[in-house]
Amino acid sequence: MVSKGAIQVEGVSKIYSNGVVGLDNINLSIKPGEFVVVIGLSGAGKSTLLRALNRLHDVTAGTIKIDGDDITKASGKKLRNMRRNVAMIFQNYNLVKRSTVAKNVLSGRVGYYSTWRSAFGLFNKDDQNRAAKSLERVNLLDKYYTRARDLSGGQQQRVGIARALMQEPAVFLADEPVSGLDPKTTKLVMDDLKRLNDEDGLTVVANLHSVDLAMAYATRIVGLKAGKLVYDKPIGEVQEEDFTEIYAEAGDKK
Amino acid sequence: MMPELPKRSFLKEWHVIGFSLFLVFVILILMSGKSTGVGQDFSWDQFSDLWIKMSKPDWSYLPSVMKPIEQTVQMALAGTLLGGVAAVPVSLLAAKNIVKNAFVRGLVRFLMNLTRSLPEMLLAALFVAVVGIGAFSGMCALAVFSFGMMFKLLYEAIETIDEGPIEALKAAGANSFQIIVYAVVPQVFNQFLSFFLYTLEINIRASTVLGYLGAGGIGLYLNTTLELFRYDRTSIVILAILAVVIVVDVISNQLRERLA
Repeated sequence: MVSKGAIQVEGVSKIYSNGVVGLDNINLSIKPGEFVVVIGLSGAGKSTLLRALNRLHDVTAGTIKIDGDDITKASGKKLRNMRRNVAMIFQNYNLVKRSTVAKNVLSGRVGYYSTWRSAFGLFNKDDQNRAAKSLERVNLLDKYYTRARDLSGGQQQRVGIARALMQEPAVFLADEPVSGLDPKTTKLVMDDLKRLNDEDGLTVVANLHSVDLAMAYATRIVGLKAGKLVYDKPIGEVQEEDFTEIYAEAGDKK
Repeated sequence: MMPELPKRSFLKEWHVIGFSLFLVFVILILMSGKSTGVGQDFSWDQFSDLWIKMSKPDWSYLPSVMKPIEQTVQMALAGTLLGGVAAVPVSLLAAKNIVKNAFVRGLVRFLMNLTRSLPEMLLAALFVAVVGIGAFSGMCALAVFSFGMMFKLLYEAIETIDEGPIEALKAAGANSFQIIVYAVVPQVFNQFLSFFLYTLEINIRASTVLGYLGAGGIGLYLNTTLELFRYDRTSIVILAILAVVIVVDVISNQLRERLA
């Protein structure tokens, strides 16, 4: 088993340029192979936290170490290589809808290629096989030549997973991966994530809205509220009542 | 019984403001017509003479306009291609979602607007003066014109793309160039082809008159036949231009529909 994919978040704050506090002094230590689900109300900072982990967002203060390397200080080639190691799937799938599934999946590999080789789409045989294998793992190999826009939402998300797998990541971030999907597709996508977590030992950090899903898949649940980390327990110690506190709003009755 | 409608004021009931404005515009148009001399010295005899002569085309002239027509199409094709291809990198520099630096973007747009402010006839006159008489200056003029036009259409198209794939490629560790190749280009490629065809349509039409300025193509023949009062030949030239424009329009429309 790989023992990569440790995340060390220390004193991370994020204040947006308009003064809104996105994250407020977050401390979080994630061990390799954990399946962490982040829950909280909309606007609590879940997406901001996830995007800070691969530096799609810059943080205002604090450090984020992925396997000991601080991603908040990295730049240029080093940052790109670190990002390669931290794959992500998105709420809106973020596929190029006009392109084929194959091209979308292969695009997850460009971080390993020089500018010129990738510009002409010169992927080597190994990576073409890798793309086929990634698609096979999410059971979509038969859609290899289909255009992404012709797939259903659930299928698009699983293509997103296949694309992320091309990075051979140690950490897998999932930003509300199943919002907008029906229960059956939701299960397919979540099972795919769980399998990567079990079989490849990937560290998974997922934002979810559904408490039931969090309980079913997580090994650890983290709660955010107004940018603060208010909850952090392994799944064995989580009680149903705990969620009312996380989801409580200022005006709610106790 | 009819239900009673709410009362309106006299002004609104009789649309006084609308009618007054209409009257003012009519008077203004009549006045400007008078001051610019519209309607004076118009000879209906000359006009009908031209039509009568043109209605009997000199078909024997047709073979001699084929060569310049061909040249016109070549000018338009080469000019559009050169200008269109050159516009791609520059339009990326002007797109808000690609270049975050507002100063660079502003500078690029300003320079491009300068290019675009020159109409193709003026460009042709400039190139004839610099390069000399011939189809080459016509092509140069069309290239610069297409460059400005394609630039504007393209950067606006780039600004409307879905930003999701850009984020995804960034998260995969791609560099800026790879992001453009994998997340931006596939999203705008069909539009690029469509704009190219549209610009080609416009350039075919424009290139027919560039010959007036000595910039090559069929325009020269239009000029000569008119000056020699050979209206029977002028009509051949016009018919030839019409045929080319229609053919290019039909092909371009068909292709663009399929690209959408």
